Amino acid sequence: MDRLTEMIPVFGQSLQETVIMVGISLFIATIIGIPLGILIVITQGNHLFPNKVIYHTLNTLINIVRSLPFIILMVAIIPFTELVVGTSIGIEGAIVPLIVYTAPYIARLMETALLDVDRGVIEAYRAMGASRLQIITRIMLREARPGIVLCLTIATIGLIGATAMAGAVGAGGLGDLALRYGYQQWDIEVMIITVIILVVLVQVIQSLGNWAARKLKKSA
Amino acid sequence: MIQLTDIHKSYKVGNKQVEALKGVSLNVEKGQIYGVIGFSGAGKSTLLRTINLLEKPTSGSVIVNGQDMLSLKEKELRQARKKIGIIFQHFNLLSSYNVFDNVAEILRMNRVPKDVIKQKVEDLLRLVGLADKANAYPSQLSGGQKQRVGIARALATDPEILLCDEATSALDPQTTESILELLLDINKKFSLTIVLITHEMQVIKKICDHVAIMENGHVIEQGSVLDVFSNPQQPTTRNFIKTIFDDEVPAEILARIKKTGPSANILRVAFRGDAALDPVLGTLSARFPVSTNLLYGSITSIKGTALGILLLHISGEQQAVQDGIAFLRQSVYNVEIVTREEVTR
Ligand SMILES: Nc1ncnc2c1ncn2[C@@H]1O[C@H](COP(=O)(O)OP(=O)(O)OP(=O)(O)O)[C@@H](O)[C@H]1O
Ligand SMILES: [Mg+2]
Repeated sequence: MDRLTEMIPVFGQSLQETVIMVGISLFIATIIGIPLGILIVITQGNHLFPNKVIYHTLNTLINIVRSLPFIILMVAIIPFTELVVGTSIGIEGAIVPLIVYTAPYIARLMETALLDVDRGVIEAYRAMGASRLQIITRIMLREARPGIVLCLTIATIGLIGATAMAGAVGAGGLGDLALRYGYQQWDIEVMIITVIILVVLVQVIQSLGNWAARKLKKSA
Repeated sequence: MIQLTDIHKSYKVGNKQVEALKGVSLNVEKGQIYGVIGFSGAGKSTLLRTINLLEKPTSGSVIVNGQDMLSLKEKELRQARKKIGIIFQHFNLLSSYNVFDNVAEILRMNRVPKDVIKQKVEDLLRLVGLADKANAYPSQLSGGQKQRVGIARALATDPEILLCDEATSALDPQTTESILELLLDINKKFSLTIVLITHEMQVIKKICDHVAIMENGHVIEQGSVLDVFSNPQQPTTRNFIKTIFDDEVPAEILARIKKTGPSANILRVAFRGDAALDPVLGTLSARFPVSTNLLYGSITSIKGTALGILLLHISGEQQAVQDGIAFLRQSVYNVEIVTREEVTR
């Protein structure tokens, strides 16, 4: 037990690294993913800006990235990662593939959330002379808020999973901890505690997301 | 106010062309309540949506308020649309906004000052009878209340035209009645031109001045509601009117009457306005040696004018019957011989 008490700072450190990696990549992936999600919705046939070329290009790109398991994606884009941040290891080295992995995921989830917005409502505002930009920002994004919150919740949880794998490139975090102690040293106790922390983390985030979505829906 | 001329609209479904509108022309005058009725798939919604160009016709011209809508650029079109309100069967309210914001949002988009918005929305909510529901969300409202919000929202931009796409089809008869009253009210108050589509003749009867009957992408009959009701020409029109006057003679009765001889006739007599008060039938039997038997009778009011429909079984000597019918023709609005249709018409 003493040894575990000694380990507390190590856990703390790893948790912090995980949170930082998830936070930064989620932030940037959201900034990229939400516009992509909007784009893939409005370029669909008879939506606001029908455009087959943009739609199919985006759709294919997203599908390609989404079909790769994170660990493979991470290795596959090493040259790109090095180009962007100058290294392919450590936290910086992990964040680039995490973003590349998560942004299309968010785009896909956003697509579902935005397509859920009643077409009749969009049509009503078109008929009233609202501009397409106004419809996107003031109608679609607003009406889809509960769905968007759930989408970001799912993306965050997916990111935590991917972050754990990023431990493989020495990015630190809880995944790295489990790998070093659990896998390489066969330290069952550290492994179990890491698992518990991950489970609790995911539970907390999911509950928070559900709560926020419910709250947004209630006012609806 | 609205002139649609020879509108064609076809959709590509797979590699097949579906023609939703096959050369429709309409002319709606300012302040008129113009009804379009037809069965499902007749093309009513498509027609309505060409007025504000939510649906761009394949060919034809759309003139609204003197403006050639098809020549407008995106921005001008948006401006023109602000003068054309629209309400829907399923209301299409914003679920994440309360009643006040549902009405206010379009004004905010149009950058109307805040205090003006507040005043305007409050006035509109009072007009539609929802002043006490400003803070409620659509999910907390009944269908009728939701449609009232829809109407308030549609009026927010001070439109000159209101389009109604089956605005009462999701409502029960009583609520329908009250929404129609409201439409009639705003039609008078703002001399708002209203185009409404429906598949219920009751709606047409209650508030419309003019009606067009659509079938299969065509307008098959149109005219003032009174004219169309008193003398419908097309079978589909008759079918719709049957929901108001159920004046069909059962086949077996028709057959029996036909058997009584060539001079036995069933007449559909329509009388309008003050003629409804004249003792025409009394005069008929006093002046002509015919006997009449009333099979059906109904009277209704169409925007303040009485319209009565009688089904009359008339029999007697052939000449007498003919003279009697001629007399009726002079005295009432319309006489149609239901039996011997093939001979008379
Ligand atoms: N976007 C579309 N794509 C393909 N076909 C369409 C489209 N919109 C309408 N149609 C077709 O056009 C015809 C007329 O449709 P429309 O919606 O105008 O009928 P409607 O009279 O309003 O019927 P309802 O009473 O059911 O609303 C139908 O055959 C319909 O299938
Ligand atoms: Mg329709």
